[in-house]
Amino acid sequence: MTTAQTILDRSEQPGAPIWLRYASPQAFYPLAGRLIPWFAAGAAILCVFGLYLAFFVAPTDFQQGEAYRVIFIHVPAAWMSMFLYVVMAFWAGLGLVLNTRLSGMMASAIAPTGAMFTFVALWSGALWGKPTWGTWWVWDARLTSELILLFLYFGFIALKGAIPDVRRSDRAGAILALVGVVNIPIIYFSVQWWNTLHQGASVSLTRAPAMAKTMLLGMLVMALAAWMYSFAVCFARARSIILERERDAAWVESMRGKT
Amino acid sequence: MLEAEALACERGDARLFSGLGFALGAGELLRVRGPNGSGKTSLLRILAGLTRQAAGAVRWRGAPIDALRDAYGREMLFIGHAPAVKDELTVDENLEIAARLSHLDASVHARRQALERLGIARRAGLPARYLSQGQRRRTALARLALAARLPLWILDEPFTALDADAVECVRALAAAHLAAGGMLVLTSHQEVEIGAGVARDIRLGN
Amino acid sequence: MLASFALIVRRDLLVALRRKGDALNVLVFFVIVASLFPLGVGPEPNQLRAMAPGVVWVAALLAALLSLPRLFAADHVDGTLEQMLIAAHPLAAIVLGKVAAHWIVAGLPLALLAPLLGLQYDLPAAALGVLTLSVLIGTPVLSLIGAIGAALTLGLRGAGVLMGLLVLPLYIPVLIFGAGAVGASLAGLDPAPHLSLLGAFLAVSSFVGPWAACAALRVSLD
Repeated sequence: MTTAQTILDRSEQPGAPIWLRYASPQAFYPLAGRLIPWFAAGAAILCVFGLYLAFFVAPTDFQQGEAYRVIFIHVPAAWMSMFLYVVMAFWAGLGLVLNTRLSGMMASAIAPTGAMFTFVALWSGALWGKPTWGTWWVWDARLTSELILLFLYFGFIALKGAIPDVRRSDRAGAILALVGVVNIPIIYFSVQWWNTLHQGASVSLTRAPAMAKTMLLGMLVMALAAWMYSFAVCFARARSIILERERDAAWVESMRGKT
Repeated sequence: MLEAEALACERGDARLFSGLGFALGAGELLRVRGPNGSGKTSLLRILAGLTRQAAGAVRWRGAPIDALRDAYGREMLFIGHAPAVKDELTVDENLEIAARLSHLDASVHARRQALERLGIARRAGLPARYLSQGQRRRTALARLALAARLPLWILDEPFTALDADAVECVRALAAAHLAAGGMLVLTSHQEVEIGAGVARDIRLGN
Repeated sequence: MLASFALIVRRDLLVALRRKGDALNVLVFFVIVASLFPLGVGPEPNQLRAMAPGVVWVAALLAALLSLPRLFAADHVDGTLEQMLIAAHPLAAIVLGKVAAHWIVAGLPLALLAPLLGLQYDLPAAALGVLTLSVLIGTPVLSLIGAIGAALTLGLRGAGVLMGLLVLPLYIPVLIFGAGAVGASLAGLDPAPHLSLLGAFLAVSSFVGPWAACAALRVSLD
């Protein structure tokens, strides 16, 4: 009565539209494999260019001296950390609604990179804080929200890791990610309010630039580099997740046979 | 009235069954058979709406059950492996809560009759923690005596841990239900002849 | 809906009444934690008074966290939870009922105890009033958000700690405005904005909490 074929999800049914077809793990795997080298190369080039802008082209800030240059890492990392969380929540939510397997895998693939960028944003924020204000940590609204964002990422990764059944893990993670995404503006707003009430922490990490054009360009280039890097790394991670989860599928078995 | 179409079930990494379909009408009994681990409980849980199927659809009166939710609950009774009896509540309180959860007649008189039918009326005021396994099962099954008007009963191993009298009592309740036009989906390791209704079999596992 | 809600509240209160020990433990924990800080920080009255809002609120958060497992876990183990998922009542009403009963047993007492703890920190009367009110409004939010964490981690190994990891970041806005209200009162400012924001959180979490918890329960009991 039972057959050996994989149960088809929506992306694999015959007659699925083109955009949905690439949402099948089997179609996505080789596509991602072809794209990764391009994203990696793009990331490397942009990163070199961005760092050149950051260290050689952008002018010295008259208030903060050379130390401010860490914002070229800090700000793009912070942007990516928030952007990736939203993307992760989007994929997770999509998987919840459409019941496609790849969506959950993408969310799992994105989480560690998002957490990494959050960590980099925090650490670079501390590096900026020390020479500028004399302390390693300030309860600035943005830094504090970044810290909480890191906790949200950890929670997502921990929950997914604690649930052995893959389907339950994907769906539970999706619910958590969606609740978290709703909470991010609330958290930021709350911390901002709390921050303005506690006059001690009247520093702002974004108050620094009345931005010279080169500074802005440098940050945008680094942000683009980070974005490409994320694509490359998340796709690579997704491919390895696909291999692990679909290991019983015919196409994976035949690949294994070839090597 | 209950239809299953191309049902497939995955538990963990294992595919238990796929392409399963049937239609169940008034007065019909569906017996699900198969060795341990073949997916009988999973199938019943899918039919009850507790477990999500990997593929296919279950329909009640033509509508998919995941769209019906509590509307389905108003017409269906599911008793699974766990007796669903709270230790801290008395036998009578457990029955009352269970009956109210299914919108059944939970009046004192009806409950008394149900408990007497299942032979545990003398324990009505006892907290369930002091009951034996068999008595807990009878407390859980007492709902059946109140659930005549619910069209669909889904029972997973109802005769487990019951003595001969209790088995006969449950059998009689099931038979009366079928004779009155109700539907029953049943798994049981014990061969108990219900003795009413049109019986159909589904066999799982290779 | 109301009948379903009332049925579940009655049931859960009845069960809690027969298991008084659990609820009491949580309250004792609350008192102990709040009493630890002066021992760690020193008895200087001004310092304690400034710390009090934060300390009492953090202790309330931890006590709420500790009481969360009892929300669904016991019913999950004896099989009554899955009956609720397929009952003739909307699951959202059932979840709201469980959360309400949980709050009555594990949240409301915190609000009643909070002013006593505030006395330990030498808070003035006005601040004590604001403290009680903030905990009164805030603890239902903790129960509602906590229900999401409890439902997601149902039946998992290490569920207690994992639940904390998931739920505590979500509690932070409640902490900020709850403690902030008392802090405002201490500083002679108006606590109303903080309290009304807490009220807004309560309104929002009354929708988001049950929705997410229902979805999470269906996922966990799959």
